[in-house]
Amino acid sequence: MENTDLLVDWSRAQFALTALYHWLFVPLTLGLTFIVAIMETIYVKTGNEWWKKTTKFWMGLLAINFAVGLATGIIMEFEFGTNWSNYSWIVGDIFGAPIAIEGLMAFFMESTFFAIMFFGWEKVSKRMHLTSTWLVALGSNLSALWILVANGWMQHPVGMKFNPDTARNEMDNFAEVFFNPNAVSKFLHTISSGYVLASLFVIAISSWYLIKKRDVLFAKRSILVASSFGLLTSIFLLASGDDSAFNVAQKQPMKLAAMEGLYNGESRAGIIFAGVLDVDKDIGDKKDPFYFSLEIPNALSFLGYHALDAFVPGVDDLVYGNEKHHVESVISKMEKGKIALQALTDYKRFKKEGNMVEAEKSRKLFEKYQSVMGYGYLEKPEDAVPSVPLIFYSFHIMVASGSWFLLLFILTLYFSMTNALADKKWLLWAGLMTLPMGYLAQECGWIVAEAGRQPWAIQDILPVGMATSNISTTSVQITFWLFAVLFTGLLIAEVKIMLTQINIGPKGEH
Amino acid sequence: MFDSITLNFFQNYWWLIISLLGGLFAFMSFVQGGQTLLYTLGKNDDERNLIINSLGRKWELTFTTLVMFGGAIFAAFPLFYATSFGGAYYVWMAILFSFIIQAVSYEYRKKPNNVYGDRFYEKLLYINGSVGVFLIGVALGTLYTGGNFEVNEMNLSHWTQSSYGLEALFNPFNIAFGFMLIFLSRIGASLYFFNNLKNDNIERRVINTLRNNNRLFLPLFLYVIGYALFKDTYVYNASTLVVSIESMKLFHNLINHYILLLIFIVGILLFLYSIFIAIVKKSKKAIWFYGIGIILIVTIFLFILGIDNTIYYPSLSDMQSSLSIENSSGSYYTLFIMSIVSILIPVVLTYIYFVWRSIDNKKMTIEEIKADPHHY
Repeated sequence: MENTDLLVDWSRAQFALTALYHWLFVPLTLGLTFIVAIMETIYVKTGNEWWKKTTKFWMGLLAINFAVGLATGIIMEFEFGTNWSNYSWIVGDIFGAPIAIEGLMAFFMESTFFAIMFFGWEKVSKRMHLTSTWLVALGSNLSALWILVANGWMQHPVGMKFNPDTARNEMDNFAEVFFNPNAVSKFLHTISSGYVLASLFVIAISSWYLIKKRDVLFAKRSILVASSFGLLTSIFLLASGDDSAFNVAQKQPMKLAAMEGLYNGESRAGIIFAGVLDVDKDIGDKKDPFYFSLEIPNALSFLGYHALDAFVPGVDDLVYGNEKHHVESVISKMEKGKIALQALTDYKRFKKEGNMVEAEKSRKLFEKYQSVMGYGYLEKPEDAVPSVPLIFYSFHIMVASGSWFLLLFILTLYFSMTNALADKKWLLWAGLMTLPMGYLAQECGWIVAEAGRQPWAIQDILPVGMATSNISTTSVQITFWLFAVLFTGLLIAEVKIMLTQINIGPKGEH
Repeated sequence: MFDSITLNFFQNYWWLIISLLGGLFAFMSFVQGGQTLLYTLGKNDDERNLIINSLGRKWELTFTTLVMFGGAIFAAFPLFYATSFGGAYYVWMAILFSFIIQAVSYEYRKKPNNVYGDRFYEKLLYINGSVGVFLIGVALGTLYTGGNFEVNEMNLSHWTQSSYGLEALFNPFNIAFGFMLIFLSRIGASLYFFNNLKNDNIERRVINTLRNNNRLFLPLFLYVIGYALFKDTYVYNASTLVVSIESMKLFHNLINHYILLLIFIVGILLFLYSIFIAIVKKSKKAIWFYGIGIILIVTIFLFILGIDNTIYYPSLSDMQSSLSIENSSGSYYTLFIMSIVSILIPVVLTYIYFVWRSIDNKKMTIEEIKADPHHY
């Protein structure tokens, strides 16, 4: 049996590769399905064929994108089994349920009505077709709901208890899992980010048509729909982002500290508006973590705890403890975690030997410390800290981009409504150039969420080192490179096909 | 109301649902079968476009059934999910690869500037239809023949062979299972095209294809069913959970439950009837008899593997590590919640039926495909 750091790294790399590729396609599907549904609704309400043709153009681009999202999605589901088999057993009783429900409730809806949406224009009534389009939008977002219920649970495990007999966590409260505050805010933040990306997508392509002075009416109307949708959903994105940060502060303080490069905790902690981290900074060395930084005072305390003077623990406080502010150290949790793991082993042994008195004692000892059981697997306290630079920069790129998107939507909507957009070349170029930022922000968001949770597969319960499959590193390396080549090949094809379709433009429909 | 329902009931119920999903997948694999018949039935571009577009309206349902199959196993029998997927790594990964390439091929094949050319995507569809289906057959075969794994006292599993599942390719039963599934999927495809397309040339070729694949399928089917029913099978003692061997266990499971035996026989009769009316009476409705027949046969064939203290995933490395529905399932609470959600299954099947009917109310023709600028 091989379970080395190398195996963990390659298993993580493969999952990250799949997830990052998957997320290049999914947010556009989440948002564009709604945008085409809105456009088709206008068509059905007005009876204006022009809107039907516009809907069909955007639907064509949606279809190209949809397929790769679907393909990479199935890989992610099965990779939990292939690469994280210990995880699949230890938490599968809770984690598997939302995955299965997603398939039944959302995936079938999406794929069944997809056929009508794309091929049913001449086969079903207008209203049936419109209903199908909305059901595809609903299905894709329902799919996101269940996946994010599962992911939210990984960030903040609730609604379960550990069963020492089966040596796994078992669900005991489905409502707690479903209404987990982390899952709710994560779902809202993620789908609204998809709506924003789809709006940026429509604006970017339409801006290009306006720059080229072609398909002008089509582009203007598309921008009007997209900037209205984008503005509304951006506000929602900011609000849900605030809620997400609040949840992170409560349940994943180490992630919050990494997001802000905060090593020494402070009351009235500020948010870094812009900064460059010192590459030589180490945990516990008391050096200033930044070469330079611009800070918004008190903002982090308010964001994380909704109080301007709240204490926000830093990385050092969390690793080494802070008695004054009642922050327990990782070292202390590791000691308790090791006691829990030993007690679990003893419980199994005594039970096998038939010594029920000692087994019961061990079980009680285990239950006393089981909430920090995962820390028992760590080798040193510093292992509990994720990569601070990766999380810090990813978070700040995401926030800065999101703020710019909001401004862009305000400007494009204003100039669209005053019919002056076509003359604002700088804004059209900005609209075009913002699309890559949209994708970058999406990926950064997931890096913050997933890499920020390290070393945990399940927060505080199961570190990634214990969650992998017991297979050889070579096997994972082989499949990693095969996936890398395949995904890249498909991405190249998708981009080229998409650009060609955009270049052909909506004239085929109009 | 639910207090009287035992964990054992839920374990059997979920094993039945997974068996049913297996049956549905076996039926829907006609999409894969059709992909391997592209050049056998389509002799020019128009005919091949017709075939691809006919399959293109269904491929996602097959794909979704596979995803659902995985999701249901994850939730209901997580120890199998962990043991088989995390152990027979190469086999499952190869299956996944063959399904990624399917998903994009329909969409990209006819798009201008698709980088690799139409034929490339057609080859990918062929690989999915042949290698993908064959490997799924091999993986299913290991439910009857076993895998090389061990499970420790913490229920963590590991594979004992460094070939991580590829060794299953050297077992004749698994190989036969894989080929049987390929020929079955091609029979399904032939009947589907016969029903779904309006094209004299393709219809003529379909009958020959149906005959040929049926000739290859039947002996393999008899071998697989016969071997599985009459072979020595692992069983476990309900009180001690100790695993031992019993001869002809699956045959006993079948005949001990008259209803299962009856359904199995009805399934076989429906299947044979569908072939008969397609070849002799040129009936376009044969696909429906075939579909119901195959779903019944496969569902029962999988279901008897999990019931009455039978081991459904034998370990070849350590007999006592073998998996049954009892030692590998989710908890009572999870299975209970999932069972409530499963009430949605008839709803899903109903809307799939109506959507299918509304899309297929007219037979597909080459003219229709040519008139649609968004065709695959």
